[in-house]
Amino acid sequence: MEPLYIVAIGVIAGVAAYLLMSRNVLRMVLGLLLLGNAANLTIFVAGRLGSSLPPLITGELTTIALSANPLPQALILTAIVISFSLVAFTVVLLHKADQHLHIVDTEEMREAEPIEPIADRKANEATQ
Amino acid sequence: MMSPHVLLTLPIAAPLAGLVLTTLLWRMPRLQRFAGLAAGCAFLLAGIALLAATVDGDILATQFGSWEAPFGISFVADNLTSAMVLITAIMAVVVAFYQLAASEENERPMFQPLYHGLLLGVTGAFMTGDIFNMYVWFEIMLISSFGLLVLGGTKEQLDAGVKYVMLNLVMTTLFLAAIAFLYGATGTLNMADLAKRVPNIENDGLVTALAILFLLAFASKAALFPLFFWLPASYHTASTPILAIFAALLTKVGVYAIVRCFTLIFPVTDGLATIIGVMAALTMITGVLGAASHFDIRKILSFHIISQIGYMLVGVAIATPLALAGSVLYIVHHIIVKANLFLIGGVIRRKSGSYQLKKIGGLHRTAPFLAILFCIPALSLAGLPPLSGFWAKYLVVKPSLDAGNWYLAAISLAVGLLTLYSMLKIWNEAFWKTPATAAPAPTRDSKNSFAAQYIAIAFLSAITMAIGLNPEPFVAFSVEAAGQLTDSSRYIDAVLESPYARN
Repeated sequence: MEPLYIVAIGVIAGVAAYLLMSRNVLRMVLGLLLLGNAANLTIFVAGRLGSSLPPLITGELTTIALSANPLPQALILTAIVISFSLVAFTVVLLHKADQHLHIVDTEEMREAEPIEPIADRKANEATQ
Repeated sequence: MMSPHVLLTLPIAAPLAGLVLTTLLWRMPRLQRFAGLAAGCAFLLAGIALLAATVDGDILATQFGSWEAPFGISFVADNLTSAMVLITAIMAVVVAFYQLAASEENERPMFQPLYHGLLLGVTGAFMTGDIFNMYVWFEIMLISSFGLLVLGGTKEQLDAGVKYVMLNLVMTTLFLAAIAFLYGATGTLNMADLAKRVPNIENDGLVTALAILFLLAFASKAALFPLFFWLPASYHTASTPILAIFAALLTKVGVYAIVRCFTLIFPVTDGLATIIGVMAALTMITGVLGAASHFDIRKILSFHIISQIGYMLVGVAIATPLALAGSVLYIVHHIIVKANLFLIGGVIRRKSGSYQLKKIGGLHRTAPFLAILFCIPALSLAGLPPLSGFWAKYLVVKPSLDAGNWYLAAISLAVGLLTLYSMLKIWNEAFWKTPATAAPAPTRDSKNSFAAQYIAIAFLSAITMAIGLNPEPFVAFSVEAAGQLTDSSRYIDAVLESPYARN
């Protein structure tokens, strides 16, 4: 199983990297989502695949030697919740940015960092 | 005497209570502000109590959730942690106080909850002894900072917000993946337990790869070369109180994480020390050159954040006790000075109507007291005696020379000179020269009282002077903190052998 997971993680991370390097903000959000999932799968594989026995202690048993590892699932659950909220925020932010700036191309986003000649020209106009 | 469990919970509980209270008081701005300030003061008291309990060299540790270490989530406070918590609390109160007079954000009910959320995330990241838990605190800090950055909703802020959010999210996901690899290699997430297990990994290449992954993730948080580009793209769009608290705390969490990881978990090998040293040197140089090329006060100061981060990393690269003491002192000194400069920038803006140096001037006549207050943090940032920056820089330069790293010492000194150039530029343009245009007509904003803002600035300047004129206790404390950092067995013992949290 592990090689399959590893190839899957590689492919997802590769697609995520491709999407993140795009200039379109919508693609970048999709890239973020995929990258988060690649990280989650990494945690899953890091917890060792193998047993699929549920990690429940029943009756007189006190240890669970051969069960699946519950910790990665707890970690992934936390990470999924966090990445869900962050992506939700990002989507709202991008929607707002699109409403106000009418731009989805990051190269054209120059409000915060105007290209120098324009900034100088504006400054000169202001002083004259 | 309070138990460690209480002492370690209170610094988290205070901002959390602030977050809840200010959210509940959403519709009552005055009450909300009062509740926020009260929570800040409670936070300050908790920070003082924590420092008082750890100042004689004890390392406090506790585990949450009734699980013993390394299974429960540990909270640990050594000298470095408690100093960072206290300085965070001081900044929390001072900036909240400053904000009382700044009308720009007062009308926004979202400010207070996000502000306390930010403090919560920062404090949690300083105190946790569990690497996955640190990721969670990072995310709390990040989402609050996202909210604060775009709070004004102007075009500029939305533009900056997109870049800041995207780059930070990618790098925290990298951090998460690095945690996954580390967990896969060791089977534990507790930092003290990791410190015991990482040296047992037989595959040296794996340890190096893990160390580099963590270095990359934290370096982007700390705005190190070459991962600093999100900082000058976004910081200058935020309003003054937000900018001051960002400048004081956000990057320092990254620096703290680097210091913690590379003293406790990963041994700094020769190759790694060279990498960190070169990164530190390039960070110092690029930051200060960026600052030299700008004429907007906020942009100049933002680039100086980057440049100063380099100094803090020098200690990690050299890794002798004295060098680490230099890093600790530099972080403390820098937080106070940098936040103070941004607060002064905000007052300059209120007095003269602009952040653009070319448009303003003559403030030494119209605001002589502000001019004096500006000199203290500005000259301290450049490292002139007898201010705090001089001692912090001394503790960075001397160990570099002792260790034979002459290039780090030389760059530190040269960058100090260029820092002085930038500060003189602000002084000449904003305070000394006669203004190019007539002073702007007083607006509603500039008529409000400046008292709260001056008190906040004067208080921070007083701390800078206190460190500068009486450095002995601060240096001794930093050396003690560095002693704890270099002897990681004390940290490990405190966490793994601390009695199961009972109270």
